[in-house]
Amino acid sequence: MAIDEKNTTRRTFFKTAGLIAGGFLAGSYMKPFTGALYAAEEPKGKGKWYGIGIDLEKCIGCGNCAKACKAENDVPLEPFFFRSWVEQYTIKNDGTVKVESPNGGIDGFKQSVPDNEIMKSFFVPKMCNHCATSPCEQVCPVGATFRSPEGIVLVDKEYCIGCRYCVQACPYGCRYLHPIKKTVDKCTFCYHRLKNGLNPACMDACPVGARIYGDLRDPNGVMAEFIKTHTCNTLKPHLNTRSKLYYNALSQEVR
Amino acid sequence: MEEHYRGLYEALHKVVGFIYPNEIELNWSILIVLYPYITGLVAGAFILASLERVFNVKALKPTYVLSLLTAFSFMLVATMPLISHLGQPQRFYEIMITPHFSSAMAIFGFVYLWYLMVVLLLEIWFDYRKDFVIWSQEKKGILKYVYKALTLGISDISPKALAMDDKLGYRITVIGIPSAFLLHGYVGFIFGSIKANPWWSTVLMPVIFLFSAMVSGIALVMFVYILVNYLRKTKIDMLCLDTIAKYLFYILIIDFTLECLDQIHRIYEAEESFDILYILVHGKLFFTFFIMQIFLGTLVPLGIIGTFQFYRPKEKIRKIFYAAVGILVLIGIFFMRWNVVIGGQLFSKSFYGLTSFKADFMGQEGIGMAAIWVVVPCLILTFLLWFLPPWKKMHEEDVAEETA
Repeated sequence: MAIDEKNTTRRTFFKTAGLIAGGFLAGSYMKPFTGALYAAEEPKGKGKWYGIGIDLEKCIGCGNCAKACKAENDVPLEPFFFRSWVEQYTIKNDGTVKVESPNGGIDGFKQSVPDNEIMKSFFVPKMCNHCATSPCEQVCPVGATFRSPEGIVLVDKEYCIGCRYCVQACPYGCRYLHPIKKTVDKCTFCYHRLKNGLNPACMDACPVGARIYGDLRDPNGVMAEFIKTHTCNTLKPHLNTRSKLYYNALSQEVR
Repeated sequence: MEEHYRGLYEALHKVVGFIYPNEIELNWSILIVLYPYITGLVAGAFILASLERVFNVKALKPTYVLSLLTAFSFMLVATMPLISHLGQPQRFYEIMITPHFSSAMAIFGFVYLWYLMVVLLLEIWFDYRKDFVIWSQEKKGILKYVYKALTLGISDISPKALAMDDKLGYRITVIGIPSAFLLHGYVGFIFGSIKANPWWSTVLMPVIFLFSAMVSGIALVMFVYILVNYLRKTKIDMLCLDTIAKYLFYILIIDFTLECLDQIHRIYEAEESFDILYILVHGKLFFTFFIMQIFLGTLVPLGIIGTFQFYRPKEKIRKIFYAAVGILVLIGIFFMRWNVVIGGQLFSKSFYGLTSFKADFMGQEGIGMAAIWVVVPCLILTFLLWFLPPWKKMHEEDVAEETA
């Protein structure tokens, strides 16, 4: 009986040891794949992690941001390619919504709805939302779209194959195929300027200070202040892209 | 480039309501319509072959090899529409070398290779090995050596070896069925997983793609079978044809039911995107959706084959109707792909407007290029039917007689 018990114990020991060893082995094997899961979480670590704030109450629809963006970033001038643009929303008295963005707002706006029909009207500057869980980055078949340590979504144009799956996956229409380079292009948050201590071109071009950006990790930074003191929302939050572009006074009509 | 911009300016004038400025250019054009279409034909034709092999539907024997060769011909070009539409086609191999595993598209290369190399090639080889050996002995000239090379140096055609071939071929078909499901269900997932696009983003998409694939593949083999017999002036096996039609009928019903379910669900839930999709389907998609896909591609074929289940006219008439059904279903499924791919890009993700699509004839993504990728597999199939004629294969019965 005693021998039996001993045997059982020994077997249990081997079983447990085997399980632990196997578990470790499986765990170490699984490790390379945790990257895919990691994308759903806010990356921990140090350094700046940028967010953008746009105050719609301040925007006057001058289109300087869109114009500056095209000039800075070699964006084709034809009205089909934009990294940054402005939309004019007009809510009529009957509740219908009219949205316009002629040439991305670069040439300014003319109100096409007669004054007596307008309930309210406002401008919405658009750009890449630099989502924390960006669908464009998720779907790129070769990994040409990636997120920089600062949380900026970028495209490696030496690597992009031009399949345009990312264009389909972006819910905000922020991407296009560059007609000459034949690779996908999008807002880089002027990464080349940022790295040299300059502000993105659209930020500097805004005459009313409607656009700000800053480190989301800094509890005392401008972004924390902006989010704290304004009623902010992001675009299409139900898609859970965890957009890092925060709008103050975003009307529910805006998509 | 000027031409390209001119087309975009034209499209700009046709915009209804508001679309995001980057949405004027439709990024996935007719080549991406072809991509799921051709892959679907492959998967469908293979499933038909497996009905005979694995599910033992003996009546389908005359089309077994034909189905495999059809699947193989289309499989060879399945990736070409995808590659030729790329902005940087010369970089296509990056998908294989550095796949980004969170992308639904990245796995396609592997699924494709698995299916082509492991399933189709192996199955056809096991199926033809004996014939390669015999033909390499019978034929003269260069063909002799080509067949000899294809035997891969294995010339054993003893009953035991042939039984082994058969066993292995069977096993591969068994693996092939889930692989075919994987191949096309997966293509559906490429679309179904795009949450930004409510026209695509439905969990039913892979299932619908799978069943429509079966429908199109079966219709293709049915049509090819009729055509080949007509050209060769041989008598068609009506039991086989009726059986194919019966399967087409059942699977078409399932396919149509699933699509109805998808639409009913959409209409009943009537989410945020519903209004714009309603305008889309009743406007710019009306012809391709209601007329081509549903009426001509689904209801008419269902009506014809359905009638034949109760009332059987003469063989000659049935044959003509079956050929017509084959073509109608093939057209219908093409427009089903069209409605998914093009339809999904005609409305703005702002849900405030619609854009338009005009296919160019020439150019990298034009109709001409698309036509090439439809004609090439047909040429390959013609070649294969000459090079590996299923009707000259020695049947198992003959072998059994010989060995007896």
